[in-house]
Amino acid sequence: MVIEISCEEVWREISNYLENDVSPQLRARLEAHFKGCAHCTAVLKGAGNVVQLVNDGSVFDLPDGFSNRLYKRLQDRLATGRRKSHH
Amino acid sequence: MGATKPQVEASEAALIERVAAGDTEAFYELVRPCERALFLAARGILGNDADAEETAQEAALKAFSNLRRFRGECKFSTWLIQIALNEARMRLRKERRTLHESLDQTLRADEGDYVPRDFADWREIPLEALQRKELREALAGAIASLAPKYREVLVLRDIEHLSIADTAMALGITEVSVKTRLLRARLQVRDALAPGIDGGWSLGSTEYKKVRPW
Repeated sequence: MVIEISCEEVWREISNYLENDVSPQLRARLEAHFKGCAHCTAVLKGAGNVVQLVNDGSVFDLPDGFSNRLYKRLQDRLATGRRKSHH
Repeated sequence: MGATKPQVEASEAALIERVAAGDTEAFYELVRPCERALFLAARGILGNDADAEETAQEAALKAFSNLRRFRGECKFSTWLIQIALNEARMRLRKERRTLHESLDQTLRADEGDYVPRDFADWREIPLEALQRKELREALAGAIASLAPKYREVLVLRDIEHLSIADTAMALGITEVSVKTRLLRARLQVRDALAPGIDGGWSLGSTEYKKVRPW
């Protein structure tokens, strides 16, 4: 017997559901709700898509030359450190 | 004991030892795997590339100077991200002070329930849609529109794939707060993207034309 759950409660758990971070009982209640509720299913799929899109990573490239500039700055500092230790 | 530690931590510890022994090149090896996280953590707070890059560099230099203080209670990457977040916040605070704005306003707790605004049905996003400039820009814009505390969590967890525990550690908040903010961030980004889902980046495909059947 699955106890019903409201849309508001479902929204509160959608992120945890996507993370697989809900108890088996809650999972059963959520899944029963999704079957009968188009709105919540849309929210679930949309939130899942957001995670997938963000996860893709290509939207968030490092600026060109970032690594080289970081390396250069570290090198400069490390070189200064070495000179100091020699004196 | 050491044998039970994951491989990653073992190699991290070895690199740290090399740095301590004077092999400063090893420090770059430590930073390289997390340089993107370093940049994005700062970018999430500061909102622009130039300031974020400078802050990321400052954070790496600071980590180098303070490496002796790193006790291995968390991963090196988490510690480095913590430093970057602190540097970015300090920088933002300085800027805000000159602008006479109150940081408290944006940091005020606002973690009540989030009610989705748009119930458009996305179904699945085809991979080729990701290549579309419109979608990439809309996504970047949606994330930029989040309040910093939600953006930070989304960046660390969903972009950089830190665990919930590491995200909490890096931000100095509880795991419960991470989960609450993550939920809000994901739903808000979803709402921000929903209006374009049946237009814009789905041009050329009939599949997404009718996402709002009601």
